[in-house]
Amino acid sequence: MAFESNEKAQGYWRENLRLVITLLAVWFVVSYGFGILLVDVLNQITFMGFKLGFWFAQQGSMYVFVALIFIYAAKANALDKKYNVHED
Amino acid sequence: MDVQTLTYLIVGLSFALYIGIAIWTKAGSTKEFYVAGGGVPPVMNGMATAADWMSAASFISLAGIISFAGYDGSVYLMGWTGGYVLLALCMAPYLRKFGKFTVPDFIGERYYSQAARTVAVVCAIFICFTYIAGQMRGVGVVFSRFLEVEVDTGVYIGMAVVFFYAVLGGMKGITYTQVAQYCVLIFAFMVPAIFLSVMMTGHVLPQIGFGAELIDAAGNGTGVYLLDKLDGLSTELGLAPYTDGSKSMIDVFAITAALMVGTAGLPHVIVRFFTVPRVKDARSSAGWALVFIAIMYTTVPALAAFSRVNMIETINGTDGKGVAHEQAPGWVQNWEKTGLIKWEDKNADGLMYYGKGKIEDAAAPNEMKIDNDIIVLATPEIANLPAWVIALVAAGGLAAALSTSAGLLLVISTSVSHDLMKKGFAPNISDKQELLYARIAAAVGIVIAGYFGVNPPGFVAAVVAFAFGLAASSLFPAIVMGIFSKKMNKEGAIAGMVAGLAFTTCYIVYFKFVNPTGNIPANWLFGISPEGIGMIGMIVNFVVAALVAKLTAAVPAHVEAMVDSIRFPKGAGEASDH
Repeated sequence: MAFESNEKAQGYWRENLRLVITLLAVWFVVSYGFGILLVDVLNQITFMGFKLGFWFAQQGSMYVFVALIFIYAAKANALDKKYNVHED
Repeated sequence: MDVQTLTYLIVGLSFALYIGIAIWTKAGSTKEFYVAGGGVPPVMNGMATAADWMSAASFISLAGIISFAGYDGSVYLMGWTGGYVLLALCMAPYLRKFGKFTVPDFIGERYYSQAARTVAVVCAIFICFTYIAGQMRGVGVVFSRFLEVEVDTGVYIGMAVVFFYAVLGGMKGITYTQVAQYCVLIFAFMVPAIFLSVMMTGHVLPQIGFGAELIDAAGNGTGVYLLDKLDGLSTELGLAPYTDGSKSMIDVFAITAALMVGTAGLPHVIVRFFTVPRVKDARSSAGWALVFIAIMYTTVPALAAFSRVNMIETINGTDGKGVAHEQAPGWVQNWEKTGLIKWEDKNADGLMYYGKGKIEDAAAPNEMKIDNDIIVLATPEIANLPAWVIALVAAGGLAAALSTSAGLLLVISTSVSHDLMKKGFAPNISDKQELLYARIAAAVGIVIAGYFGVNPPGFVAAVVAFAFGLAASSLFPAIVMGIFSKKMNKEGAIAGMVAGLAFTTCYIVYFKFVNPTGNIPANWLFGISPEGIGMIGMIVNFVVAALVAKLTAAVPAHVEAMVDSIRFPKGAGEASDH
């Protein structure tokens, strides 16, 4: 077992799940939320010459996706270090 | 130099570069012929993944599809990028820790079952075959225009090149060749887009120009924003406003979901993350892949909008009444030769007119048939760009087609030789026989792709939707449950895959092949089109799997231990040889 104890192993997995779920919530909100479900509401707002909902659907969601993956990579690597389960 | 000579020159140079890299990277050892690049750094792997991912279809057709679909086209932009978030967060690091090298390997071991493995192999092979089918048409279109031959002849030339290239490149060579191909294709895509953006809005970045004010020939602002102009033009023509779209919300939601989840379930994408040196790299590699993909995918909708304004104004004239055919710019006649543009003077006034409805419909005002592919291929000519840019776009389209075909052929040949034969029906075959099966599979793949390239009647688009639906409803749930649930057993996983697969297949086959005339929103389940049904298929898979797992035997202890061990990075082995 790579973890010092069972509690540690569970703690690591819990923290990892919380991280993944938080990021996936953002992923859902910017694409399905802003880009699709709320698109008509957001389209009332103008942003840099775009209707905001349209911008999220064709531009904004993709920028957020990229950011999410790098945030995940950084946080997951930090979590590995915290529980001492990183690669050598 | 004329366009023809320049095209031969630039395409020839790019091919020489790929072949050079293939030979150079192959030189290490003969064993490496079968190694797809164990130990590729994450940025390079990301770039190769991006080249692998961006096919001829997305290079040539995507901007055109969005140009005609407006907001509705967003499903492809979000769908084909959002899947990488799922890959990075829910799959890549765990599969890398698992350490084997194909998707069926994981499913077979996680579900301790030859049957589960076989279902996964069949899905993987079918997905790759359908996917490669769309590639050859793209190659054919590029060759036909730039070498001035028939599209069918273009397809045959493309088949020959891909065959030669895939055999010569070997497996190791593919990754580094794809890095070079990414550079060629992204440069070729960005140059015309930037030119157009500067010309129409004065902004260098197309992503900014997309939302900006249009400028006149002297470079002064006109006070009209690009997107407002487009909405206005669409309304005048009797079409839905560009930024609103006409698909129902639930269908847009479902298609986006099916494409996202399908992306995360495509074997030729997943397999990329088995080959990075460390678990850590699998995480960031997905991020890099998406950076390189997003450079193009955020430019695509901008290019779509620029081209649409240009196209409508060229054909209908600034007064919106139509332009005389003999006064049409050279690109209209050039592309009429290939059949991708058609003009039928319905009201015999000698003027071209683009408007509502289909050209075949005598009552519709529309007199033009404009193929989606024109938008990217003709952009350099529409914008009066120098001849070398036209040649560059040809090289870019071919780079996109070749990199994707090579990646898919790699997965097809390993699936057949490794998963189907060696680990399946014929475990005792020698290495030499295994390699022979790999080559035969690659050859069959090319022939099938060529067949669909020559006979593409809307069929390929349907089949590609099928590939995503299949990946979404079969492989993705099985992999995710295998990682995130220790309770999921073989009975549950197999039942889930079969149920998801059967549901999605029946729905698509019914509406696309059995009853295509009934393929209208009123007949769809919950108003979801066959393109989006993979989302429901995925839910069916999850629900059936959970129910069956509850009623059947528990997971063996050694499998639970394996799931525990893939959940953290420590102790990950070397990148696997394959």
